[in-house]
Amino acid sequence: MTVTIYVPKDAAALALGADRVAAAIEREAAARGLAVSIVRNGSRGMHWLEPLVEVVVDHERIAYGPVKAGDVAALFAAGFLEGGDHPLCHGATKDIPFLKQQTRLTFARCGIVDPLSLDDYRRFRGLTGLEKAIAMAPADIVTEVTDSGLRGRGGAGFPTGIKWKTVLDATGPQKYIVCNADEGDSGTFADRMIMEGDPFVLIEGMAIAGLATGATKGFIYTRSEYPHAIAAMSEAIEIARREGVLGPSVLGSGRAFDMEVRVGAGAYVCGEETALLNSLEGKRGIVRAKPPLPAHKGLFDCPTVINNVISLASVPIILDRGAAFYRDFGMGRSRGTIPIQIAGNVRHGGLYETAFGLSLGEIVDHIAGGTATGRPVKAVQVGGPLGAYFPRALFDTPFDYESFAAKDGLIGHAGIVVFDDTVDMLHQARFAMEFCAIESCGKCTPCRIGSIRGVEVADRIAEGIEPEQNRALLADLCNTMKFGSLCALGGFTPYPVMSAMTHFPEDFSPAPRVEAAE
Amino acid sequence: MNLHVSGDVAARTLAIVTAMKGTEGPLLPILHEIQAEFGFVPQDCLPVIARELNLSRAEVHGVVTFYHDFRDHPTGRHVLKLCRAEACQSMGADAVAARVKALLGIDFHQTTLDGAVTLEPVYCLGLCSCAPSAMLDGEVHGRLDAAAAAELVREARR
Repeated sequence: MTVTIYVPKDAAALALGADRVAAAIEREAAARGLAVSIVRNGSRGMHWLEPLVEVVVDHERIAYGPVKAGDVAALFAAGFLEGGDHPLCHGATKDIPFLKQQTRLTFARCGIVDPLSLDDYRRFRGLTGLEKAIAMAPADIVTEVTDSGLRGRGGAGFPTGIKWKTVLDATGPQKYIVCNADEGDSGTFADRMIMEGDPFVLIEGMAIAGLATGATKGFIYTRSEYPHAIAAMSEAIEIARREGVLGPSVLGSGRAFDMEVRVGAGAYVCGEETALLNSLEGKRGIVRAKPPLPAHKGLFDCPTVINNVISLASVPIILDRGAAFYRDFGMGRSRGTIPIQIAGNVRHGGLYETAFGLSLGEIVDHIAGGTATGRPVKAVQVGGPLGAYFPRALFDTPFDYESFAAKDGLIGHAGIVVFDDTVDMLHQARFAMEFCAIESCGKCTPCRIGSIRGVEVADRIAEGIEPEQNRALLADLCNTMKFGSLCALGGFTPYPVMSAMTHFPEDFSPAPRVEAAE
Repeated sequence: MNLHVSGDVAARTLAIVTAMKGTEGPLLPILHEIQAEFGFVPQDCLPVIARELNLSRAEVHGVVTFYHDFRDHPTGRHVLKLCRAEACQSMGADAVAARVKALLGIDFHQTTLDGAVTLEPVYCLGLCSCAPSAMLDGEVHGRLDAAAAAELVREARR
């Protein structure tokens, strides 16, 4: 009997040798005359166990990881095709606590299915949301999304349904759905994982958005740094087109929707929606002033829905299970689930989808299991390079949009990066300014020039030159950037800088410079 | 890698632009294709692109120079990108970068004298849970330490 073995081809697994593991399994099975069928799935999100090899035994998936190519012979010797015990065995995958405690809605299929099998996709409730949407009036689809409480998962947290309503009500010869897959924030990989692990869910979400607003064309704008996601997404679109999910008549509805993948060129600022639109049009990725809103005048001046990958990928389950089902998860005005990406110096890094409301401390200490280095946690940056650094003292902050805003932070795209006590927060503040200087589009002076001055001021503080005046100067500069920049790059760079200075003042008070002896 | 682009740059550029200019917002896809064709974006391409897309040469130049990906000169035979972003920093990326620079004898944005390796910084490969990470000619690598970094450099040198 042929045994099915799952070896992920998610970029994180590939970066840790998954291709070599898959080849070794094939070699070893052939040498032993055993029949195996290897499925290259997405990642289950437990990245500390990658490459995570799963063997199907009695319809149960048994996990082994992290597997190196050199471990494969020993695994066969231990009888892993029958679920045999081995130091790398973790039992049934679904019972691993990190996975078992999650609420997987958006990522329900990621890591479970063959990403490019539309049959798999249908078998796990795929396309049911789209089928329901086809039977609904556009305004009813929009209402369903509005009622679900879904807010933009890119970071701004704007209600997705309101955006769709604006585009539905707008008139124009052509409307567009643009998916912002320009996931440049350090500590985030949810977009990449869904595009590599379950690309059809994004296609379905965008097709629903098209039906809801009257848009017939979609673009996924992603990063050149994501070659595996580009390949998976492009192939999935071709399959969807071939199978009639996309094209002149979506699932035979008589309504058209098609889409394509576009690749950025290494500019972080193109993750900002208006810069992204300019880039898609073939221009410099310069931020546009709003208004006009993209919903009125977006891509090529046409009404445009621009949503993050995770927002769009959450739509199919909302249409499938209903607004109330989704809305019942979460807290306050943050409804549904959020895929938290646990990264940096952690024992258990990966993707953890859960309802809003866990405290930061629970995430860092319990789910992530503290630091990989075993040293105490000093700071956690939440929300990417424009997110604030949180000290332990703020670990009781619940993970939702409003609670983080109330603590002068943001959840952004829900990436958290953990640092141990060896981190120098002045160095991190300087890096935030340096990154802003490298990536500024140049439109707003406070961002373009202020970030360069910010690096210089941080350097002066580090050198002990008039530290008190320079700290005041840095705070003043942050204030200017915050209120004088059009977009989040210049406007939010002050978050990491000011949070570092506020919560870790000791790092901003280096020993006074010793004057040269006379 | 051709250090000197042969005289048919204009013809090859025209073929690419002609094939792609019908797409919506064609300039970035065209520039990616040109970089794939030549290894960089030669100056001689710009007038052809500008003419065919009915843009000014300055506009095309502006777009090419805006994006970090587009180069105006060839790279070494291999391109090694090291992630410099926060998640990788938290796991010692700075030390890995210092080691790689010392082994190669170059800084970021430089190419070794033998033309083997170009070293570039990258700000996030989406491998933040297995940091520090790197990309060698499109292949991703995670959980780098000094030894793994040295192995990458050996691989790139080949």
